[in-house]
Amino acid sequence: MSSSNSSPSAQSTSPQSPILSLWKAYTQNTSDRLKFIDTFLVFLMASGVIQFLYCVLVTNFPFNAFLAGFASTVGQFVLTASLRSQVNPENRSEFKEVSPERAFADFAIGSIVLHFFVFNFLG
Amino acid sequence: MSTAYPLPTNLSTTTVTNTASLLRIVALGLISAAAIASRLFAVINFESIIHEFDPWFNYRATRVLASQGFYEFWNWFDPTAWYPLGRVVGGTVYPGLMATSGVIYNFLHAFHLPVDIRNICVLLAPGFSALTAWATYMFTKEMKDESAGLLAAAFIGIVPGYISRSVAGSYDNEAIAIFLLMFTFYCWIKALKTGSALFGTLAAVFYFYMVAAWGGYAFITNMIPVHALTLMLMGRFSSRLYVAYCSWYAIGTLSSMQVPFVGFQPVRTSEHMGALGVFGLLQIVAFAQLARSHLSSKQFQNLLTVSVVAMGVVGTFGFIALTYMGWIAPWTGRFYSLWDTGYAKKYIPIIASVSEHQPTAWPSFFMDLQLLIFLFPAGVILCFRELRDEHVFVIIYSVVASYFAGVMVRLMLTLTPVVCVSSAVAFSSLIDTYLDPTQPEGEEESEADSSNGTNTAATPSKKEKAKKPAASTSALNDIVTAATSQSSSKSKSKGIWGLDTRLIVIVNAIGMLSFFVFHCTWVTANAYSSPSVVLASTNPDGSQHIIDDFREAYYWLRQNTPQDAVVMSWWDYGYQIAGMADRPTLVDNNTWNNSKSHIATVGKAMSSSEEVAYPILRKHDVDYVLVIFGGLLGYSGDDINKFLWMVRIAQGVWPDEIQEPNYFTPQGEYRVDDRASSAMKNSLMYKMSYYRFAELFGGNNAMDRVRQQTMPKVGPTLDYLDEAFTSENWIVRIYQVRKEDLLGRDLKSANAFAQGKKKKKSKPVSRRKAIPV
Repeated sequence: MSSSNSSPSAQSTSPQSPILSLWKAYTQNTSDRLKFIDTFLVFLMASGVIQFLYCVLVTNFPFNAFLAGFASTVGQFVLTASLRSQVNPENRSEFKEVSPERAFADFAIGSIVLHFFVFNFLG
Repeated sequence: MSTAYPLPTNLSTTTVTNTASLLRIVALGLISAAAIASRLFAVINFESIIHEFDPWFNYRATRVLASQGFYEFWNWFDPTAWYPLGRVVGGTVYPGLMATSGVIYNFLHAFHLPVDIRNICVLLAPGFSALTAWATYMFTKEMKDESAGLLAAAFIGIVPGYISRSVAGSYDNEAIAIFLLMFTFYCWIKALKTGSALFGTLAAVFYFYMVAAWGGYAFITNMIPVHALTLMLMGRFSSRLYVAYCSWYAIGTLSSMQVPFVGFQPVRTSEHMGALGVFGLLQIVAFAQLARSHLSSKQFQNLLTVSVVAMGVVGTFGFIALTYMGWIAPWTGRFYSLWDTGYAKKYIPIIASVSEHQPTAWPSFFMDLQLLIFLFPAGVILCFRELRDEHVFVIIYSVVASYFAGVMVRLMLTLTPVVCVSSAVAFSSLIDTYLDPTQPEGEEESEADSSNGTNTAATPSKKEKAKKPAASTSALNDIVTAATSQSSSKSKSKGIWGLDTRLIVIVNAIGMLSFFVFHCTWVTANAYSSPSVVLASTNPDGSQHIIDDFREAYYWLRQNTPQDAVVMSWWDYGYQIAGMADRPTLVDNNTWNNSKSHIATVGKAMSSSEEVAYPILRKHDVDYVLVIFGGLLGYSGDDINKFLWMVRIAQGVWPDEIQEPNYFTPQGEYRVDDRASSAMKNSLMYKMSYYRFAELFGGNNAMDRVRQQTMPKVGPTLDYLDEAFTSENWIVRIYQVRKEDLLGRDLKSANAFAQGKKKKKSKPVSRRKAIPV
């Protein structure tokens, strides 16, 4: 997730920096599927940050449109993060009743409901 | 023999489970029927009629929705309310209730069932009470098991604390809101338990429905974050919590902003900021957890803790800064009045004047909850024994709701569900323990025979189940049997011997339950089923006498006055006048923000003398003034008893002209008889109430039956108003405001001139008037 953003700056300080070792552990221990999800998460985060900066720096004029856009990135982010933790094999013990397939179905339904409201709120 | 009573052994597991689920369905059906039936007292004793005040507006809005469609309703501007301002109804209303009725109406009509919209409105609350019973069953099932769920459903079905707001005809937001409250909580618990985003989404959707239906949605908005925060502080953060909370919050908040009346409040007001804060905190904690899973260096964990704490501090300060910069609205007055019970009386008399905003009296807890109020703490303590995540929820809910119920009468409604849930947990634990046929003879035997002991009888397979320490939720008594078998293995002598002890306790318990049923039925029939539009009294021979003054007067207005005649009354009756008489009103029960001065204007007109009030009336185009007077019949909810609130509210805006102490006698008594203060006697309200009242007693002393005071023999006179209508029992009196005199005289002298022909009559009046001055 956001660890990937900060890694380049951390490289220069010291090779034993915790952030660097975190990055290493992440690249080694994470499956490609989860990395794929993480890429999407980073994209959503970047999109949300850009929208927020636009709102603060330029204008928040159609406030509902901003809220709809921002909420869609935030909502999609948490739904995707939920999906990530549900399909993560390390969390298998916690989600006894949620299989990966079920998790994806939940994710799809949640996203549809979310974007229904987003669409309604765009104005 | 190690069981207290013989158990059939030749039953298969499937038979038992099938019978049990059939019995549960039948029981739920009967509970729903009982819940609906006990709410029909009002319809049977009176008729199918909308009750009280607010429901009349909801009914009127629903009629617009049903006849003109949703878009017309959405854009409805009501020019007759708050004359001359009007009211944008679509943007100032929680549309959930009307939309629900509209959907039911259109659904039935699609099947060519021509049901009148009034009957849908009248029966909506009983119908939803059956759904509430079901939602409570589901909720309690998550807490303990199905048997506790059934008890909770039965409790919520008939408990007066909930019936008080959901009898047939009580067509108010609370009618559907309690179902939504319980079902949202159920979805939340389910989402938290399974970690499923589906249930989180469901919780959000029902939260949206709740937001659309009732202003009390803020209770959910704060309950769920408090629960999540408590779990985190208890060190119980889990990915399931993250999934449940985030899916609920992200979708729920966005959806709640779709309701025009709520608008941007969820991101702009302090009441909603707690949920946002917990949301942010969860993101940080979840990220920290993820990072920790990749790394286990001590140094790094310290770094993480520091950064999490720093982010929390920054967030808090950011919130405070935003509040000061005006981005986030500070707490509103209604919120403060929850913490400081004296706040409303000091600063917002309009809120304090509503009787349901008063602090709750002790007896009403017993009246509304009866034996449940004693079982309630026991259930909360039982929740502490297991203390799973969902039990924490019930504990927090009970603490918070108990406080709120003590502050405000109407919030008893939010306490009632949790009381039912935890009482059901306590009661079913008691029954489970005493129905369990296990005899505590020895360690091995008791474990071997810990079989199921409800009416559905036991099976060999259940014995095996009970041996496992982790009790599955499916079986009825497994948790308790497992608990008892565990405890009996520790201390062998604990348990219940024989049939006699069991019988004594069970018979007592059933006795308590039946008393509860009697109490609930009695309270419902006697206290909560009056429409208050139609009153009932008992004739000497015991038969019922219907007092129908309100409708008599409203229909008089409807049929004898022009369509655009403006009626002034105290705000309580605004919705009824609009609904039944269909006439414009100055003020009504929708006490929105800028209404304060408007209501105060009416208060001023009512509490000042005729000469002062007349220009106010003329300025607001008032044609008729309506007062409620109970002095003849002993109807205590009349305007003279509400009069001091009018004075107080007027005083809030015009402290120089209206002063509350002027309306008391020098001894500080509130009197209406000879000794009443002059301000009281000259006030428009007093004059309109007692005008010609003394004549009714034909020379005897007139008696005000509400205040038990003897009225003066000669009543007040009116110069600026004409009596237009007085209902059969004098409850409603309507006065017409005179137009300016054609010859330009002021109305008082014109009146005196007109009465000059009958000097005999006017003289004693003037003499009388001289006495008190």
